[in-house]
Amino acid sequence: MAGKTLYDKLWEQHVVRTQDDGTCLLYIDRQLIHEVTSPQAFEGLRLAGRRPWRSDANLATPDHNVPTTPDDRRGGVDSISDPVARLQVQTLDRNCAEFAIPEFSINDPRQGIVHVVGPEEGATLPGMTVVCGDSHTSTHGALGALAHGIGTSEVEHVLATQCLIQSKSKNMRVVIDGKVGPGVTAKDIVLAIIGEIGTAGGTGYAIEFAGQAIRDLSIEGRMTVCNMAIEAGARAGMVAVDEKTIDYVKGRPFAPGPELWAQAVAAWRELRSDDDAVFDREVVIDAATIQPQVTWGTSPEMVVPVGGRVPDPAAESDPVKAEGMRRALDYMGLSAGTPITEITVDKVFIGSCTNSRIEDLRAAAAVARGRKVADNVKQALVVPGSGLVKRQAEEEGLDRLFIEAGFEWREPGCSMCLAMNADRLAPGERCASTSNRNFEGRQGAGGRTHLVSPAMAAAAAVTGCFVDVREFEN
Amino acid sequence: MEKFDKVTGIVAPMDRANVDTDAIIPKQFLKSIQRTGFGPNLFDEWRYLDVGEPGMDNSQRPLNPDFVLNQPRYQGASILLARENFGCGSSREHAPWALLDYGFRVIIAPSFADIFFNNCFKNSILPIVLDEQTVDRLFREVAASEGYRLTVDLAAQTITTPGGEEIPFAVDEFRKYCLLNGLDDIGLTLQHVDDIRAYEDRRRREAPWLFA
Repeated sequence: MAGKTLYDKLWEQHVVRTQDDGTCLLYIDRQLIHEVTSPQAFEGLRLAGRRPWRSDANLATPDHNVPTTPDDRRGGVDSISDPVARLQVQTLDRNCAEFAIPEFSINDPRQGIVHVVGPEEGATLPGMTVVCGDSHTSTHGALGALAHGIGTSEVEHVLATQCLIQSKSKNMRVVIDGKVGPGVTAKDIVLAIIGEIGTAGGTGYAIEFAGQAIRDLSIEGRMTVCNMAIEAGARAGMVAVDEKTIDYVKGRPFAPGPELWAQAVAAWRELRSDDDAVFDREVVIDAATIQPQVTWGTSPEMVVPVGGRVPDPAAESDPVKAEGMRRALDYMGLSAGTPITEITVDKVFIGSCTNSRIEDLRAAAAVARGRKVADNVKQALVVPGSGLVKRQAEEEGLDRLFIEAGFEWREPGCSMCLAMNADRLAPGERCASTSNRNFEGRQGAGGRTHLVSPAMAAAAAVTGCFVDVREFEN
Repeated sequence: MEKFDKVTGIVAPMDRANVDTDAIIPKQFLKSIQRTGFGPNLFDEWRYLDVGEPGMDNSQRPLNPDFVLNQPRYQGASILLARENFGCGSSREHAPWALLDYGFRVIIAPSFADIFFNNCFKNSILPIVLDEQTVDRLFREVAASEGYRLTVDLAAQTITTPGGEEIPFAVDEFRKYCLLNGLDDIGLTLQHVDDIRAYEDRRRREAPWLFA
């Protein structure tokens, strides 16, 4: 019999029961909760007279709707000027109090983007099943966990039963063979993967990312890759546990203490695919071929290397795809054949659950150091992923460095990744963004998003247009 | 949840691939703490010529006459015909809530994004996967004949065209059972409380740090 994949192992460890048609009841170890996708779930519990099965298996923090300007944060939840957003954050506070859910509320130093906070606190651990009403829950797979986004009905289901009704996905392995060149980051790796397999390439699969280039990444880099598994269509992305994983987890507040540490580590070391495991699909990419990436269109699969040009729909044989490309070019205000490095930007956003961790901020700061935001760039935002990331960055002086270069230094939250708060693009504005989605209107109605790595975003900020970060001397 | 058995209705064609949930219901409307009321903002950025915000009187907003759902022939549609990877992106269940609130009960496409697909079943919407050729043919038939209707019979797992042709479709047994009976998943799962407790007892011994 063939060996098991990492996904097979994680799945099997969490099956509570299997129904005749193969549907399983899967046990959930950790649910992360935020203000946008939870109010209807708590209301459902209330209407049915139910209580959470295990309150302490949940962890909540507001992130999507919170303002990021220091002035708007000073007064806590009451100072959120948008009354609808304020009510949503207040509702989260009330629900967490009523149902005894641990919460890092708006001005708690540990508040931040759920997918930054979970690993940072050790609240998401190797071997766990992790869910959240947010598609970027795949992030936590970087620790060797089975993590994926769910809808609000399922948030309620997990609150009430600590389980999910699930069918098993198929297994895919994406191997990034060899070493990436200098200046090529985790973000470039995952954008290149999405460019290769497409935004529906992983639909129905759980993806394990493997190969030397993945093993070479830090845990934070692996989070960036797993974060965007959903942009490749896969609900869950994951990376096998190694020494880096164990070192990362050690000593974090929710991680196992000394009395259970050795036992936990022994279990975690098993969290890798067996050598003879069989995958339903395998994709191999030569790391050396990956260049810094820039998206040009309105889907993350519409991506080219920074040295490339905006592609021509006339060269696309599939008529539905060609029409999608034409629509994207029209929306983006771009012409086929334009070199990527001739595209100028109006705004720059460094943040989001994809790229707002300390290493991301350091990478952006290394490019911004001693330079100035270009005159044609109206706004360049740096939004740390959590209060603790912010504090760490300030201890390293990164805040001053960014401010001196002309960037704005903000309070933690999702911010301009999805523009639910005041941080957004005006119609027609073009943004170099370290976030994960370049959909129409994602960063503001009519806004035009180009997805890039933190270093590439900082380079665009100081140059005013896209530029190959490898040409920068640090 | 409302029961689903048979739906006969006008088919509206959404002829673009990779329709994401940000397009289905833009983020500014996610601030609501309700499950209902999202219908008037379904596809808001494509449907209206102005920029929508919560609290606007949508009946007074300028409609985009080119948008498919604004065309008179598709008024009252309850079946949406779509292209590949429909519902990709954000996990927001507000997307199926908006589709349901608008009046859609069935979505037919060559493929769906996983989370959206799953969310539909929790809201009495039936997402049906058909092969690309069949979807192409349905797009042509809808375009050719105003008032084009299909009948979707979940129990029989068939779609009947105006010409009387029956197209079979697949659906998971368990999901079908829940839809047909309008069953609450949580109630079903809580019938297995003993299994959940037994699992927890075992895991507490094997992996005590998960319960610390």
